Amino acid sequence: MSTQRLFHRDRDTSRAELLITNAHVLDPRAELDEPHDVLIRDGHIAEFGSPGSLSGVGGPDIETIDAAGRHLFPGFVDPHVHLRTPGQEYKENLETGTAAAAAGGFCAVIAMPNTDPVVDDAAILGSLTEAARRQAKVPVGFLASITRNLKGQELTEMAELRDAGALGFTDDGKPVVSAGTLRKALQYQRLTGGVIALHEEDPDLSRDGAMHEGAVSARLGIAGIPTLSESTMVARDAALAAYEGARVHFQHLSCVESIEALRHAKAAGANVSAEVCPHHLTLTDDMVRTLDSRFKMNPPLRTETDRQALVAALKSGLIDCVATDHAPHAVHEKEVPFEQAPMGTTGLETAFAALYTELVISGEIELATVIERMTAGGALYGLPIPRIAPGEPANLTLVDLDVRFEVGAEGYASRSANCCFHGRALQGKVLLTVAAGTVAHLDRMSTQAPVAR
Amino acid sequence: MTRLGRHLLSIEDLDRPAIERILDRAESFDEVSGREIKKVPALRGRTIVNLFYESSTRTSSSFELAAKRLSADVVSIRSQGSAVDKGESLKDTVQTLSAYDPAAIVIRSPHAGAATLVAGWTPASVINAGDGKHEHPTQALLDVFTLRRRLGSLDATNIWIVGDVLHSRVARSNILAFTRMGAEVTVCGPPTLIPREIEALGCQAATTLDGLENADVVYVLRMQQERMRDSFVPSLREYASRYQINPARLNPNQVLMHPGPVNRGVELSGEAIDSPQALIGAQVRAGVAVRMAVLYELLVGAPALAEVA
Repeated sequence: MSTQRLFHRDRDTSRAELLITNAHVLDPRAELDEPHDVLIRDGHIAEFGSPGSLSGVGGPDIETIDAAGRHLFPGFVDPHVHLRTPGQEYKENLETGTAAAAAGGFCAVIAMPNTDPVVDDAAILGSLTEAARRQAKVPVGFLASITRNLKGQELTEMAELRDAGALGFTDDGKPVVSAGTLRKALQYQRLTGGVIALHEEDPDLSRDGAMHEGAVSARLGIAGIPTLSESTMVARDAALAAYEGARVHFQHLSCVESIEALRHAKAAGANVSAEVCPHHLTLTDDMVRTLDSRFKMNPPLRTETDRQALVAALKSGLIDCVATDHAPHAVHEKEVPFEQAPMGTTGLETAFAALYTELVISGEIELATVIERMTAGGALYGLPIPRIAPGEPANLTLVDLDVRFEVGAEGYASRSANCCFHGRALQGKVLLTVAAGTVAHLDRMSTQAPVAR
Repeated sequence: MTRLGRHLLSIEDLDRPAIERILDRAESFDEVSGREIKKVPALRGRTIVNLFYESSTRTSSSFELAAKRLSADVVSIRSQGSAVDKGESLKDTVQTLSAYDPAAIVIRSPHAGAATLVAGWTPASVINAGDGKHEHPTQALLDVFTLRRRLGSLDATNIWIVGDVLHSRVARSNILAFTRMGAEVTVCGPPTLIPREIEALGCQAATTLDGLENADVVYVLRMQQERMRDSFVPSLREYASRYQINPARLNPNQVLMHPGPVNRGVELSGEAIDSPQALIGAQVRAGVAVRMAVLYELLVGAPALAEVA
């Protein structure tokens, strides 16, 4: 039997029984882009038909959602979140983090191991997967660290961690500075499998930088993080991956130079993939002029040139998927001068709306491409891609593209509020998320209200 | 018409007429400083809090004197020995001090944006007395005041700012203030100490002193010892050989400025400091009158002007 690698509350949960009628179903991989009825039975997509064709099929008692004018997508998968558990539950826990995921339309997330303690041995991972089976509202996959305690020196017991359910490995939050250490991890990956994901940053170049190095940092007098602190490491590690024939995933790329290094690596046949965050696709370092610590993240917001290059790379598929890098911090930690604030923004609840509002409505990218890239993150780690097709487990999200809302006005499902889109008017509201056959999020008020138009 | 906001956080808060308004007010307060009784009752019964998270001599003392000469009650708090030292957050400190209902909080912090944050936490007017390497707007105002007195106007003057621009809040505020007042600004220093894309602030950048002879004003920045340790410059000796301003590199028509404290023999030679073209003493003297003017305009002046308009 294969090792379980996704964990969610699997006791006392009811499998979804739901009839969704007249939804505009958009599943680019299935080339579906038209209205349909979808019947969910026992957590699976039982039947699928033209609008109106399934009324009555589910029986008189089945909960029915009239989704006319709304869009039904395969559930999103986020390959990069920080659930802060164990050790920093005041920022986020498995329940609130996965509630935030569900509220954002995600049917699965992959959690980073830079917790306290670090997920660097099988016992810690075991207790975490057990906790996820009690608390997680959507399935969670866990990465373990590459090196013990993220020190960048000794490798973790990667084989045991894989047996305990690790999807892969990362020292995210920190780079693996030593090329020799990373090379050994890449070699050892031949034994263990599991993608090795890399936070690319040369700390000798980023030093005490707190924002992108450029015109805005020159103006503010805040030490800058040059793009080359990221891109030189992408180039180095792509070379290592190619040499060792290893499988490497580049996390949260932020700049033109990294994209060029990625292009070069892929063209040379290296087995590499990459992700990009909604904030890097929609915001620039110009926002830092406000000195609001919500705009402090690592990698930092870059320039408009970088942003456009990231959008183009996501569009072409050079960058494989969207990842939020959801990084909750407590209010008191962020309510300090910019240079002192911790890096990170929450992102699960705003990812789709941010991309839809800032990129799709503005015409920079097609909706279908956004859906494809927001559902691709798990497959890079070997997880199945959510699909809307009969017989598939129900992993889907219902969105009203016409609803505008102010981010944070009604609070957050996340335990933290450090969202870089806070206060912004975004469009595209998630009404329903079904994850692994269970209703994980349902905005009953909105789903029962007639479509406002 | 000229309007000042409630706070002075950045030179960007001021347009040219607002700067001129403050300078004109400073002229009249400078006259007060020449009297035997150097005091006016403008802020009688009001409280000014000076909150200094960094050591400072001239800025803190001149703010204190300025407030006292306006008859305000002054509380000065330094990080050493205060609640700040005991780990209290900036927000908690500011909210505690706000309970005394101060008219203004003057804040100096080692971190960019601290004054902006404070402005969001207190009903008092907030004056930025230096935030990290970001801005030091009252220094820029007193520098413009000093120059205007000496030159009449900054229009079309050529001002060179020489030294460690990367780590200088004075340089940033002065680039903005000088250009707003019509001057052309060139920053000059070792390439390691000139921020990438500094031109975006509206100045030119140079890495040698070639062309310094065209400057009307040479504004020299403090060169700190620790820059050598962090390899920004190989040695202070080499720095001085390339960038020190001394009589050989100055011509008699140029005026020389420095925000202090000076590293004598590093960025400036002793002869240059003591030469008649140096305005360093005048800058310090201007500090009190200009800070009186800032306090007055923020706390008293604006409503009066609104009535006129």
